Amino acid sequence: MKQAITKAGKGLWKAFPMILGTVLFISLASVLIPKSFYTTIFSKNIFFDSVIGSSIGSISAGNPITSYIFGGEFLTQGVSLLAVTAFLVAWVTVGLIQLPAESAILGKRFAFLRNITAFILAIFVALITTLILRVF
Amino acid sequence: MFIINKLKQISVAWYFLIVILLVYFFLFIFKQDLFFQSTAFFNSVIFKIIPIFVLVFVLMSITNYFVTPKFVSKHLNEKGVKKWIYIIIGGVLSTGPIYMWYPLLADLKNKGLSYGLIACFLYNRGIKITLLPIAIFYFGWKYVLVLSLAMIFVSIIQGILLNKLIK
Repeated sequence: MKQAITKAGKGLWKAFPMILGTVLFISLASVLIPKSFYTTIFSKNIFFDSVIGSSIGSISAGNPITSYIFGGEFLTQGVSLLAVTAFLVAWVTVGLIQLPAESAILGKRFAFLRNITAFILAIFVALITTLILRVF
Repeated sequence: MFIINKLKQISVAWYFLIVILLVYFFLFIFKQDLFFQSTAFFNSVIFKIIPIFVLVFVLMSITNYFVTPKFVSKHLNEKGVKKWIYIIIGGVLSTGPIYMWYPLLADLKNKGLSYGLIACFLYNRGIKITLLPIAIFYFGWKYVLVLSLAMIFVSIIQGILLNKLIK
């Protein structure tokens, strides 16, 4: 158990500078960047918003906590739930940063197809999630 | 040389934090109004999420204790639908960096695990049980529940798709 606690502690400590840096960065961005900036990136078009959300999530990397902080902030800035969901899902399922390691160990074809389908499916997950939430 | 080696050991995350702190330092000197507005926003966020991190720490400790690569590989030897269920559970419960799991998955691949099941496992790693408190804090339990179920459903689709694409 001691080992498990130490591992958890190390995991959080490793994520600490990125989380603290992200919260500080977002705090600054929320003051500097006007709300209209987000609405210009996200067009309110269902298809394009989810593609943009998935694209940003795909090229981002790091602890998922960081994506929650960003996602939460995007929502308060008026970005649609669809785009934010695609962003959150792509963040954790598409791994462009790990692509070389994944290709080397699990095969190029697998790594490429897995990441491409994960990118497309992030949009699909976002659509399902927002549709279900609208019904219930 | 010693300093260069030491600097190389510092992760990018720390450099990121240092750069942000430097920006705040210069803001404090040159743009105090911006500095105080930003720190007020920072305080409002950080004090809300600190208690959740305590819960995350407890959950991470429990998961680390029970779910090990050995535990996962043991249960991936099941057959049929049961195999998919264990793959999903394994993916959801697995912890640590994703690349840590690649060698194990490659080994299981050599032992007969399909590419579809590997993709399903990796997709379900996106659902982080240990981080659920934070996700719920930001998006609400209803959203997190629906998103998690949708991701599990789609992970199976991706698995089937990859099994068909890579033969």
